[in-house]
Amino acid sequence: MNGPQDLGGLMGFGSVAPEKDEPYFHAAWERRALGVTLTAGAMGAWNIDESRHAREALHPAVYYSSSYYEIWIKALEVLLKRHGFVSQRDLEAGKAVDPAATPKRVLKAENVPAVLAKGSPCDRPVAQAARFKAGDAVRTKNFNPTGHTRLPRYARGKHGVIEAVHDGFVFPDSNAHGHGENPQWVYTVVFEGSEIWGEGADPTLRVSIDAWESYLEPA
Amino acid sequence: MSHDHDHDNELDPFAARVRALETILAQKGLIDPAAIDVIVDTYETKIGPRNGARVVAKAWRDPAYADWLKRDATAAIGSLSYTGRQGEHMQAVFNTQDTHNLVVCTLCSCYPWSVLGLPPVWYKAPPYRSRAVIDPRGVLEEFGLTLPADKKIRVWDSTAELRYLVVPMRPEGTEGWSEERLAELVSRDAMIGTGLAEQPA
Repeated sequence: MNGPQDLGGLMGFGSVAPEKDEPYFHAAWERRALGVTLTAGAMGAWNIDESRHAREALHPAVYYSSSYYEIWIKALEVLLKRHGFVSQRDLEAGKAVDPAATPKRVLKAENVPAVLAKGSPCDRPVAQAARFKAGDAVRTKNFNPTGHTRLPRYARGKHGVIEAVHDGFVFPDSNAHGHGENPQWVYTVVFEGSEIWGEGADPTLRVSIDAWESYLEPA
Repeated sequence: MSHDHDHDNELDPFAARVRALETILAQKGLIDPAAIDVIVDTYETKIGPRNGARVVAKAWRDPAYADWLKRDATAAIGSLSYTGRQGEHMQAVFNTQDTHNLVVCTLCSCYPWSVLGLPPVWYKAPPYRSRAVIDPRGVLEEFGLTLPADKKIRVWDSTAELRYLVVPMRPEGTEGWSEERLAELVSRDAMIGTGLAEQPA
């Protein structure tokens, strides 16, 4: 979706303001926000693509006025309600009032190291051969899906070159909406800065994205 | 976007909101609060940029390892036991005399947690995410890094599940240095591309 998350090339947000010796957390609640998000995700009710979509579907005014951990928590509340784990009455009461759906699993403290060390690889076999090879000229699709996608607006309808063919990866555009993993080949596609930004682009710049095969057509 | 407060106060509404959510989930038996403690401890004390610095230092010293890292970063990094969440599929990109690499995630905050730990606030915030792809030189200036005008810049937007680690160029005057000593020169920012390796003192 053309949501607030799709930031590449937007203007007006000001300077980056790196913080010297930045701590990992800027308030104690951020520690709990990280942990609550990960342990709730470990219930297995939603995948990473659905959780990303819940964040980008926040109202733009909310998204831009929230810190990243605030975005995580606001989206987590949406996911927990959607999947029947938490009700609006629970949230208003600040304690458990309504019964909850049954999770697939509950992450116990003793299992955390193994779960974090394993991660969630998203490479999957793809039945058909890759359509493109390194060096192929391609054009990205021009589309504006209302659901989740990982093709940023700045890179739509642009000519680029395949630099690398990766594995088959779970397709987020369908996985985010419960429509299955439908893995596709993923490619690194490189664009000249001028192809993306036109007049005035930095002549030394090249930008790459990682694109699923259905985002691409031969050029 | 960053917050100034460095403590939780009963009056901070967002701290109360997070606490309420944790309470509800724990009361329903959906999460184990002790698991949160372990997660926080892992990312505060065990997984951080020292992991990535060791990868870089090893690549500087060992051409065979550097070659492996170039070809199959997931395996080469995994051989040092740096694996797992947000590092499942790794790619290492090497700075050269010609080209400087810079990593961003314009769509969210994808970052190689297994080698760099949790991302800094600026990496997740709109100024960096919006500008890195269109004005990388301007962004680098804000980190105190001015690149020569003819240096090529390659920006990697992490739009899929590949996570990128920049391997900065090895500083001159470090011949014969141990891996541990070399790793001290490799900052987190150098491995994102918003910095270079430090010069030996």
